[in-house]
Amino acid sequence: MVEFPFLSIIALSPIVTAAIILMLPKERGENARMLGLAAMILGLVLSAYVYYAYYQNLPTPGTRWADTLLFVEEYAWVPSIGINYILGVDGLSATLVLLTAIVGLGGVLISWSVSDRPREFYAFFMLLVAGVQGVFVAVDGFLLFFFYELAVLPMYVMIVIWGWKERREYASMKLTLYLLIGSFVSFIAFLVLYFQLPSYLPDVIPGGLPALEGHSTFDLRYWAEANFPIAIQQIWFMPLFLGFAVLAGIWPLHNWSPDGHVAAPTAVSMIHAGVLMKLGAYASMRVGIQILPEGTVYWMPFIILLTLVNVLYGSLIAMRQRDMKYLIGYSSVSHMGLVSMGFAAMNVEGLTGAGIQMVSHGIMTALFFAVVGMIYDRAHTRNMDELGGMAKALPWTVVAFIIGGLVSMGMPGLSGFVAEFPIFLGVWRGGAMNLGGTFLGLNPASFYPTVALLAVLAIVITAAYVLRAINDVFLGDYEASKWHDMKPLLAIDKFTLIFFCVILVLIGIFPAVIEPIVRAGILPVVERLDTAQLAFAADGETGNVLKELETAVLYLRNWLGGT
Amino acid sequence: MSTPITTSWVLALAPEISLVVLLVLVLIYSRVWQDEQRRVGLLTAWGGLAILGITFGLWYFFNEPAHLQPTDLADSLFWGGMIRHDLMTLVFRVMFLSALILVSLISVDVKALHQGEYYAMLIMATIGFSLMAASVDLIMIYVALETASVSSYILAGFLASNKRSTEAGMKYFVYGAFATSVMLYGMSWLYGLTGHTNLYAIGDMLGGVGATSGGEVTVILLAAVMIIVGFGFKISIVPFHFWAPDVYEGAPTAVTAFISTASKAAGFAVVLRVFLTGSLGQVYFGNSWWSLLVVMSIVTMVLGNFAAIYQTNIKRMLAYSSIAQAGYVLMGLIVLTADGAGAAMFYLLMYVFTNIAAFGVVILISNVTHSDEMTDLYGLNKRSPNLALVMLFALLSLGGIPPTAGFIAKFFIFKAAVDVGLWWLAMIGILNAFVALYYYLNVVKYMYLYPSAEEAQPIPVSRAALVGLGVSTVIIILLGTFFAGPAYEWTLMAAESFFAG
Repeated sequence: MVEFPFLSIIALSPIVTAAIILMLPKERGENARMLGLAAMILGLVLSAYVYYAYYQNLPTPGTRWADTLLFVEEYAWVPSIGINYILGVDGLSATLVLLTAIVGLGGVLISWSVSDRPREFYAFFMLLVAGVQGVFVAVDGFLLFFFYELAVLPMYVMIVIWGWKERREYASMKLTLYLLIGSFVSFIAFLVLYFQLPSYLPDVIPGGLPALEGHSTFDLRYWAEANFPIAIQQIWFMPLFLGFAVLAGIWPLHNWSPDGHVAAPTAVSMIHAGVLMKLGAYASMRVGIQILPEGTVYWMPFIILLTLVNVLYGSLIAMRQRDMKYLIGYSSVSHMGLVSMGFAAMNVEGLTGAGIQMVSHGIMTALFFAVVGMIYDRAHTRNMDELGGMAKALPWTVVAFIIGGLVSMGMPGLSGFVAEFPIFLGVWRGGAMNLGGTFLGLNPASFYPTVALLAVLAIVITAAYVLRAINDVFLGDYEASKWHDMKPLLAIDKFTLIFFCVILVLIGIFPAVIEPIVRAGILPVVERLDTAQLAFAADGETGNVLKELETAVLYLRNWLGGT
Repeated sequence: MSTPITTSWVLALAPEISLVVLLVLVLIYSRVWQDEQRRVGLLTAWGGLAILGITFGLWYFFNEPAHLQPTDLADSLFWGGMIRHDLMTLVFRVMFLSALILVSLISVDVKALHQGEYYAMLIMATIGFSLMAASVDLIMIYVALETASVSSYILAGFLASNKRSTEAGMKYFVYGAFATSVMLYGMSWLYGLTGHTNLYAIGDMLGGVGATSGGEVTVILLAAVMIIVGFGFKISIVPFHFWAPDVYEGAPTAVTAFISTASKAAGFAVVLRVFLTGSLGQVYFGNSWWSLLVVMSIVTMVLGNFAAIYQTNIKRMLAYSSIAQAGYVLMGLIVLTADGAGAAMFYLLMYVFTNIAAFGVVILISNVTHSDEMTDLYGLNKRSPNLALVMLFALLSLGGIPPTAGFIAKFFIFKAAVDVGLWWLAMIGILNAFVALYYYLNVVKYMYLYPSAEEAQPIPVSRAALVGLGVSTVIIILLGTFFAGPAYEWTLMAAESFFAG
C-alpha cells in the first residue's frame, strides 16, 4: 500500500498553486488570493496532522536518527550519484513545518489587500513557502540545497517588486548574494565530504539501511552515521556550518538581515524573519552539527563568542533604531543569536531551548511585522518619532505588540520564557564540559557560565527598547488631525493577530505541547555530540594550537595538490 | 580501403543525409512559392523535428548508435575511419537539431529573414556541426568545421543592407579564417610527427588516455597550443573571445542565438574528441596543456562575468555571459573523468535551450522596438507577462537557480571537479556564478520593476514563437527536475566511451 504522501503535498502543493495562479487570466487576479489561502489552509491542516501524529509516536531516547523519521517518502531521482527524493520529518522538523504553515497562512491573510500585480505576488509567495517547507522535510542533502535555493529566489523578486521603494533594490541584491554565496560555500564543503563518505561509514550501517554500492550518497540518514576523522571535521566544519549560519544571522555575517527585513513587504518580512532565518539555523544544525560532531565540539567554544556578540550587539543596535522595522530587524538578529547560542551549549537543554526559541521567535516576529505592517499601511510612516497614540486609533495592535514584546523579553507564562530559560541553563551547564583547550586553548569550562551571565543582560536591553517602542508608538496623545488614512483594522487582520497571540500564550502556559517533540528531535544530535565530547575528553590535551595548525596546513596542502 | 558500403554506414550518417534532403526541399519550396516565405521557417522546423524523430527512433528502436566502450573502437568507426558513430554523436546531434528547430521557430516573425537562403544556411551549418561532433579524423574535422564556419559567416552577415550585420560577418570571417588556419598548421605538425590523421591512431602513438609516464615532447605541445587557438575561437574562450561580443551584437539576433549555442556546442564536441583521445599527448593532471586549459577556464569565467556587468546592450550582455558559460563547460573537460565530460555535455544540452529562449525573447522585443538596448526590457512584465516569465526562467537557468536545469548542470560540473580534488576550482566557479547572478538578477529587476514609456503597447507573440519559447522553458524546467536523472545518465553513458572502466 502506498502511504498518503503528506510531506510531498505540504512541500509541493504551493508550487502547483503558483502555477495555477500564473495561468489565471489577468482580469481574475482577485482569485489568486483565494487560491493562495486555500493552499495555505491545506498546508496547515496537513502539517497539524503531521505534528499531531508525530507527537503521538515520539521515539524513545536512544533511537538512531534514521529511525526517528516518520512519513518517509523515497523515490529515485539521479540514482547513479546517489541523489534521491527522500522526505521525512523528525521532531524538530515537524515543529518547524507547522510553524511555516502557520506563518504562511498569516502571510496570506495579512496581504489580503495587495493590489499591485496580485497574481505574481501570490505565486511567488507560494514558491517561497514551498522552498521553506521543502528544506524542513528534505532528508536528502541535495534536495535540501535544491529547496534552499528555491526559497531564496522568490525573496529577491518579492522584495524588489513589492518592497519599500527607498531600499528595495539594494537590500534585495544584498540579501540574495549573501544567502546564495553562504549556501554554496556550505555546498562545496558538503561535496568534499560526499566523496569521502563511503570510507568513513561503519561496515554495517545501523538503522537497517543497505550498504552503499560503488558510489556515495546524499541521503542524510547515512551521513548521520558517518564518523569522519577529526582532521577532516576540524577543517570542513566551519564552511559547512557558517555557510548556513549566514541565513541564521550569525554575527559578522548578519548584515543582510535588517536591510532585508525593512525592505520587504509585510508578508515577506513575516516569512523572512519568522521562518527563513530558522531555515538557516535548522540547516546548519542538520548538515553542520549532526554530520560533524567532533568539528562542532572543536569550534563551538569559539562560535559561542560570536553568538554572544550577536545577542548583545543586536539588542544594543536595536536600542538606537527609530524605524520600527529596523528595530524588529535587529531584535531578530539578537534573538536568532540565542538560537545559535543554544546550539553552542551542546547539551539537551541548550538544543531544546534553541528549537523552542525558533518557534517562539518565528511567531513573535511574524506578529511584530504584522502589527508594523498594519500601522504603516495607515500612517505611512514607521518612524517612532512621528508616531504616537496609536493605542487610541488601533487598539488591537497595541495589545498584540505588548504580548509580542513580553515574549521577546522572556516573560514567564509566555513562549519566550520557555525558550530562553533552557538556553541560558544549557549554556551555564556547558561549564561542566572540560574538553581541554580545544580551539586556541578555549576551554568551555572556564567561560561558558560567564557567557550565560552576559547573555542574560540582553533581556534587560530588550525590555528597554520594547517598552520604549510601546511608549513612543502606542501611548501618548493621539492627534487625529495628523493621520488622514486611519481606517480601522479589518476583521481578517484582527483574526491574524489573535491567531498568533493565542499560540504564544499557549506555548507559554503549556510547554508540553512543544517541548517533548522538540526534545525528541534533537536527542539524536545530542547523542552524537556527547560521543564526540567523550572522544575529546579521552584525548586529553588535544589543544596544542601549533600542532593543530600544522595538521590543518598539511591537510590543506594535500588538497591543493590535486589527487 | 575497399570495404563495401553497408547499411550501418548509411545509418551512421542518416541524420545528416536527411538534413541534406531537407536542405534541397527548403530551397525548392522557397523558389516555387515565392510569396509564402514565412512558411519556409515552419517547414524547416517541421523538417528538423522529423529528423530529430528519426535520430531518436534509430537509437531507441534499433540501438543505433550503441552504447560503446573504448574497446569497441573498430565496430564504431565508419566511412573509412572518418567518423565515429557513438552515443556522444547522438547527444550532440540532439543539441544541434533542437537548436535548428527552435531558431527557425523564433526567426519566422523577423521580416528581414524571410528568405529561403537563410534557412538553407541554417541547415547547412547544422550539417557541419553534426559532422564535427562525429568526426574522429583530422581531415574530417577540418572539412566539417569549414562547412559549419562558412555557413555561419554568411549567416552573421545576412542582413546585407545593415552595416552592423555586414561588419559582424566580416569580422567573424577574418577572425575565423585566421584561427582556423593556425589550427590547420598545428594539425599538419601532428601529422608530420605521427604519420596519421586518425585521432585514435595518433592517440595510440602518443601515449593515450591516462598515461602518466614518458616525457612531453615540446613539438606536440606546440601543436596542441596551435590547435587550441582554433578551438578556442569556436568556443569563444579567453583570449580568443574578442570577436564574440561584436559578432553577437551585429548579427541578426536569431543567428546570434544559433552561433552562441550550436556552434559553441560543436566546438566543444571536437575539443572533447581531440583532447580525450590523447591526440595531443598524454592526458594527465598537471601537464602543460592541461594547466593551460585550467588557466583559460578561470580567466574565461572571470573576464566574461565581470565584463557582462557593465553592458547596456542586452545582446552584448548575453554575449559576455555566454563567454563565461564556456568557462564552466571547460571545467567539466579539465577534470578528465567520464563524470566531468558527461557533466559538460549536460551543461551544453541545457545551455542550448536556455540561451535560445533568452535570445528568442530579445528577438520578439526588438521586433517591436527595433533596438536591443537593456532599456527595452523595462516594464516587460506589463507588456507581455509570458515573455517576462520565459526570460525569468532563462536567466535563472543561466544563473544556476533551481528549479531550472542550470542549477543541476552547474552542480554536476562542480561535483565532478570536487571529485578529483579540484575543489578550489569549483569554488572559483561558484564565486563567479554569483557575480553572474548579479547581472542576471538586474535584468529581472528591469523586467518586473522599472516602468517603461511604452507600457501600454503590448508585444505580439506569434504562435510559432510561443511554441518555440514554451517548449524551451518546459524543457529547462524538466531537465532541472524530473528528467535530470535520465538526461545525466544519458550524457554520462555517452562520455564513458572515452574512459575505460
